[in-house]
Amino acid sequence: MSEVVVRVSQGTADQNEERRYQVPVTPGMVVLDAIHYIQAHFAPDLAVRWNCKAAKCGSCSAEVNGKPSLMCKSRLDDFQPGEEIVVYPLRSFPRIKDLVTNVSWNYEVNKKIVPFTPRKNAQWKMYQEDMDRVQEFRKCIECFLCQNVCHVLRNHEKYEQFGGPRFFVRLAGLEMHPLDGADRLPYVKDEAGIGYCNITKCCTEVCPESIHITDNAIIPLKERVVDRYYDPLTKLFRIFSGNNK
Amino acid sequence: MESYETHEHDVLVIGAGGAGLRATVEAAVQGVSVGVVCKSLLGKAHTVMAEGGVAAAMANVDEADCWQTHFKDTMAGGKMLNNWRMAQLHAQQSPERVYELERWGALFDRTADGKILQRAFGGHTHNRLAHVGDRTGLELIRTMQDRVVQQGVPVYMECTITHLLKDGDRVSGAVGYWRDTGRFVVFKAKAIVLATGGVGKSFKVTSNSWEYTSDGIGMAFKSGAELIDMEFLQFHPTGMVWPPGVKGLLVTEAVRGEGGLLRNNKGERFMEKYDPKRMELSTRDLVARSIYTEVKEGRGSEHGGVFLDVSHLPAETVIKKLPSMYHQFKDLADVDITKGPMEVGPTTHYMMGGVRVDADTGQTTVPGLFAAGEVGGGMHGANRLGGNSLSDLLVFGKLTGEAAAQFAKKSSKLRVREEDIKAGIEEMLAPLARTSGPSPYEIHEKLQELMQSYVGIMRTEQDLKHAIEQLQTLKQEAQRVRVTGSRMYNPGWHLAYDLKTMLNTSEAIARCALQRTESRGAHTRLDHPATSPEWGKVNSTVNQDGDGMRVGTSPLPQMPEELRQLFEEPVAAAKK
Amino acid sequence: MATTEAAPPRIATTRARREHPPGLGVTWRRDNWWLQPLAVFLGLSAFGVYSTWAALQGVYYSCSTAQQGLNLTCNYLSPFYSPLLGEWWGLSPAVFILWMPLGFRATCYYYRKAYYRAFFLDPPACNVGEAREHSYCGENAMPLKLQNIHRYFLYLAILVLAFLWKDAYEGFLFRSDSGEMAFGVGIGTIVLLANCVFLSFYTLGCHSLRHLIGGRLDSFHGGSCATRHQCWKGVTKLNEHHQLWAWVSLVVVGFTDFYVRMVAMGVFNDLRLF
Ligand SMILES: Cc1cc2nc3c(=O)[nH]c(=O)nc-3n(C[C@H](O)[C@H](O)[C@H](O)COP(=O)(O)OP(=O)(O)OC[C@H]3O[C@@H](n4cnc5c(N)ncnc54)[C@H](O)[C@@H]3O)c2cc1C
Ligand code: SF4
Ligand code: SF4
Ligand code: FES
Ligand code: FES
Repeated sequence: MSEVVVRVSQGTADQNEERRYQVPVTPGMVVLDAIHYIQAHFAPDLAVRWNCKAAKCGSCSAEVNGKPSLMCKSRLDDFQPGEEIVVYPLRSFPRIKDLVTNVSWNYEVNKKIVPFTPRKNAQWKMYQEDMDRVQEFRKCIECFLCQNVCHVLRNHEKYEQFGGPRFFVRLAGLEMHPLDGADRLPYVKDEAGIGYCNITKCCTEVCPESIHITDNAIIPLKERVVDRYYDPLTKLFRIFSGNNK
Repeated sequence: MESYETHEHDVLVIGAGGAGLRATVEAAVQGVSVGVVCKSLLGKAHTVMAEGGVAAAMANVDEADCWQTHFKDTMAGGKMLNNWRMAQLHAQQSPERVYELERWGALFDRTADGKILQRAFGGHTHNRLAHVGDRTGLELIRTMQDRVVQQGVPVYMECTITHLLKDGDRVSGAVGYWRDTGRFVVFKAKAIVLATGGVGKSFKVTSNSWEYTSDGIGMAFKSGAELIDMEFLQFHPTGMVWPPGVKGLLVTEAVRGEGGLLRNNKGERFMEKYDPKRMELSTRDLVARSIYTEVKEGRGSEHGGVFLDVSHLPAETVIKKLPSMYHQFKDLADVDITKGPMEVGPTTHYMMGGVRVDADTGQTTVPGLFAAGEVGGGMHGANRLGGNSLSDLLVFGKLTGEAAAQFAKKSSKLRVREEDIKAGIEEMLAPLARTSGPSPYEIHEKLQELMQSYVGIMRTEQDLKHAIEQLQTLKQEAQRVRVTGSRMYNPGWHLAYDLKTMLNTSEAIARCALQRTESRGAHTRLDHPATSPEWGKVNSTVNQDGDGMRVGTSPLPQMPEELRQLFEEPVAAAKK
Repeated sequence: MATTEAAPPRIATTRARREHPPGLGVTWRRDNWWLQPLAVFLGLSAFGVYSTWAALQGVYYSCSTAQQGLNLTCNYLSPFYSPLLGEWWGLSPAVFILWMPLGFRATCYYYRKAYYRAFFLDPPACNVGEAREHSYCGENAMPLKLQNIHRYFLYLAILVLAFLWKDAYEGFLFRSDSGEMAFGVGIGTIVLLANCVFLSFYTLGCHSLRHLIGGRLDSFHGGSCATRHQCWKGVTKLNEHHQLWAWVSLVVVGFTDFYVRMVAMGVFNDLRLF
C-alpha cells in the first residue's frame, strides 16, 4: 500500500505548528479520510469539522495545498505522486483549534438580511422557468469557501462594510424570487457593500456547488443597484411611471 | 468544582434538523421563550443530506391521490406495525406542512401549471414526493433555518447535550458542553423537545454522519423514557460500495424513482424475481434483501454490490433531476452515471424505532420530555417508506413544538438539582483524568465491526447472542477509555462520551432483535423467516432497569373501525 | 457550592489570520499562479499599444485612403475608424470614435476583472497577497464608481456595431472596371464579416444587456415576459462565454484594422475569391 505525507496545521488562535504524518492510501481516498486516519492513529484530539462526508453539508472547508476546498471532496489521487499534502484551516476566519475556525461572523451577517416576504395577494403559483434561475442560489451549502477566498475579506478585512459572496447569493435568491415583495437594494448597496466587490471571480472559482456567484448573483445585483441609484434614465422612467420599487 | 454557564427557556429544543427546527418555529409562534441547541453548526444537521423528497398527498400530479391512500401505503410499508394515529396525522397533515414551507420561501420543482411537482418513490401508490432536484433536505433546512433566525430564537450551535435533568418525575433541564471550549453549560427548561436524529454511527457501513450517535435515545432512556421497536433499523438498498472511502454513502431512491434499473452481473433485472409488480420501486426492506441475496448467491458486482443504471435516460434529464448523484459519482468514484451503471449495495440508514411518543403531542413517557423526528418511534412501524421521514419531521415537529409550548405554559418553575449537574460533569471529565486506558477510536471501530457483522441486515439467534455478549465487554472497556489533549474542540473526548450512548443503543437494538422471533419489514431473522401474526400484535419495548435494560412487548394500539375499513374497500370510495 | 457564571461573549471580532506578514505575492498556492495575470497583462498591453498607434495614424485605414498609385477595387474600412466622421482640427478620425468601443470594453465586467487582476493586482490571483491591503475601496468610490455607467457604453457600442455591419455589407461591394459597384468577396470581406460576428457575440453577451432584456424581471412567466425570457436565455448563452468572446473579438478587431491597413499600404494583396 502506498503512503502519503500529510502536513497538518495545528494549534489555537495564535499558535501554529505544522505536524507531519504518514498516512496509508486506499483507492478513492479523500483528504478528510486522511485526517480521520490521523485522528484514530496519531492525534486523537485533532480538531476538524465535518458532517456528511458527501460534499452536502459544507462543514469540512479547509485550504489544501493553498487551495480552498472541501476536504471530503479532495481526492488524494488528484495530487502528484509523492506530493506532500498540506492542510490549513480557512485563513479569513479566526482559528478555534487546528482545522476548525470561528465562522460565526457569517451567521451575524445572515441575520441582517430581510427574509422572504411574500407579496400581498400572492397566488402561490410558480413556474419552473423562474425556479431555474433561483434554485441555483439555493444550492449553497454554506461552506464559506467563497467568503474565505474573497480578497475584500481576506486581504482587506472589510468585515464591517461587506457581506461577502455567500450573502450576495442569498440576496440574489430573495430578490429574484418571483413572489417576494421586500426591497433589499438599499441593504445590498449600503450595508452589504456590493460596490466593494470588484468582480474578480475568486468566489466563483472555489464554489463546490458550481454556483456562478459572480455572473448570476453579484453582477445581476449590481445591475439592479445601477437601475436604482446610478442610471438617470431608469430613474426618470420610474418617476413617470409612478413605480417606486 | 467546574463552573458552568446557565440559560433558561420555557422550551428547549435539542436538535436543529428538520424536526427540531419545525418544533422551534411552532413553539416560538406560541409565544413562549425557546432555545435550540445543536451539536454542529446551524444548517448542517443530517436533514441537509436528504435527497429524494418529502411525501405528501397533494395530488398535484396524480389526481387520484388522497391522504387515505398515503395512510394505507405507510401502514402497508410498515407491515401494519405503525402507530395508526401517527400514520393518520402524518398522511392528513403533510400537504399543509409542505405548502407552509413554500410560504416561507422554499422553492420546489414545479409542474407545467405552476404547482409543486411530485415524483414516484418506492412503496407509494402515486407520484407523491415533492422535491427540489435531489437536494430536498437542504431546501427544508434552509427555509426553516431562515425562519428561526427571523423569529430571533437563540441558537446554541456546536453545543452537545449529554444529560437531562429532572425535578421529581418531570424533566427540568439539561447539561451539555460547548464543543469549542469544552466548557459546561446548563439549560433550565419547563419542556424539552428531543430532535436528535438516529443511530447509524454504530455501524460500519452507513449513510449517516458522525452526529448519529443516538444521543437523544440514550438520554431519554436514562431519564426513564420507554423505547420501542428498536430492532427495526432500515438498511437502504442503495449505498455506494466503491471506492472504500465512500462505502455506505447514500444513492438516493430518486434514482429509481426517475427510472433507474437494478441489474445483477448477468444483466438481469433481478427484481422481477422478488417483486414483479413494483420492481425497482418496491419497499426498501425488500429491495435491500433482494440485493443482499443476489450478492450472496454470486450474482453481484466486482466490489460486492449490484448495478443501478440510469444511462438509458437522456443525459440532460439525469443531470437536471439528479445533479448531486451525478457529481457524487463523478467526483468520488470516477463514474459518469449518464454513461455507465453505478455499483450499489445496502447501507445502514434509518432508525424506525426510538423513544415512545404520544401520537398527538409527541410527549414521551416522561412528563415534559417530548420527541420528534427520527429519534421518536412508532410512526414508521417495521419499515419506512422513502420520503416519509421529511414529512414526519414537519408534521410531528409542528405538533410537538406546539404541545411542548402548551405544556410549558401550564408549568410552574422547576428546579434543577446541583448534584445531578455535578454528577454529569464528573462523568464527562473522567476520561481526561485517566492516565491509561484504551482509545475511544479503537472501541468505536470494534463496535462498528460487531454491529455490522452480527446485527446487520440478516440476523440469527446465535449472532445476536454473540453481539450482546461482546457489547458487554466493550461497555466495560468504554468505562476505562482515556482521552488525551485539552477540552478545546477535542473529538476524542467527544467520542468517549458518545461511545457509551452508542453501546447502550446497540444493546437495545440487539436485544429487541433477539426477542422478535419472526421476520417483518426491515427485521429479518434467518432462523425465523416467516412473518408471524402474533408478533404483528405487539411492539417491542425497552426500559431502564437499574443499570441494565429490560426488554418486553406492549400491545399495538388498535385502529378504529373507519380506518380499518380502508384496507378492505378500494380507496376511491373513501375519498368521497 | 457550584459557581454559576454569565455566558462569556461567544463571538470574537473577526479578523483574517495570517501565519506570515501580508504582502504582494504572499501565497500558499503551489501552482504558477502568476502565469495567467502575466498573459493578460501582455495581451492587453499589446492591444493597447497597437490600437493607440493605429488610431493616431490617420491614414491607410480604408481602401480609399490607400497608398498612392495602388489601384484598389475593394471597399474596406478599418473598424477603428467607423463610422467615419472625418478629420477635425487635424486629429485622426479614429479619435472621435474609438473612445466608444474602448469605453465599452473598459467598463465591461469581464475586462474589469481582467485588469483589476493583471494591472491593479487587486488581487493578482486568488489567494495571493496584495500590495496595499486595507486601503482598498473597490468600486465604491470615484473614479471606479463610474463603472456603473457601463450600460450607456453598451448603447453606444450597439450603435457603432450597426455601422460595422454596414461596413461589412459594403465590404462585399467592389468597384468594377466600369466604375460601378458590384458584388464580390475578398479575404478582407471575410475578415470584416468575422469581425462583426465576433463583436456581436461579445456585445450581445453583455451583462448589462442580459439585465435589461430580462434579468431585471422577477418573473419570466406569461405574456411579454415569456418573450423576454427567450431573449434572456439567448443572451445568457453568449454571456456564459463572455470572456472567450471578449478575447476573440479583441484579437479579431485588431487584426481587421491591421489587415485593412496592410492592404491599404500595399503590403498585402487582397485576394479576390469571387
Ligand atoms: C443520505 C440521506 C438521505 C435521506 N433522504 C431522505 C429523503 O429523500 N426523504 C426522506 O423523507 N428522508 C430522507 N432521509 C432521512 C431523513 O433525512 C432523516 O431521517 C431526517 O433528516 C432526520 O431528521 P431529524 O430532524 O430527526 O434529525 P437531524 O436532521 O439529524 O437533526 C439532528 C439534530 O440534533 C442535533 N443533535 C444530536 N445530538 C445532539 C446532542 N447530544 N446535543 C445537541 N444536539 C444534538 C444535531 O446537531 C442535529 O442538529 C435521508 C437520510 C440520509 C442519511
Ligand atoms: S468576485 Fe467579488 S465577491 Fe467574489 S471573490 Fe471577487 S471581490 Fe469577492
Ligand atoms: S456560494 Fe458556494 S462557495 Fe459560497 S458558501 Fe455557498 S456553496 Fe460555499
Ligand atoms: S463533510 Fe459535509 S461537505 Fe465535507
Ligand atoms: S459586461 Fe462585458 S460587455 Fe457588458
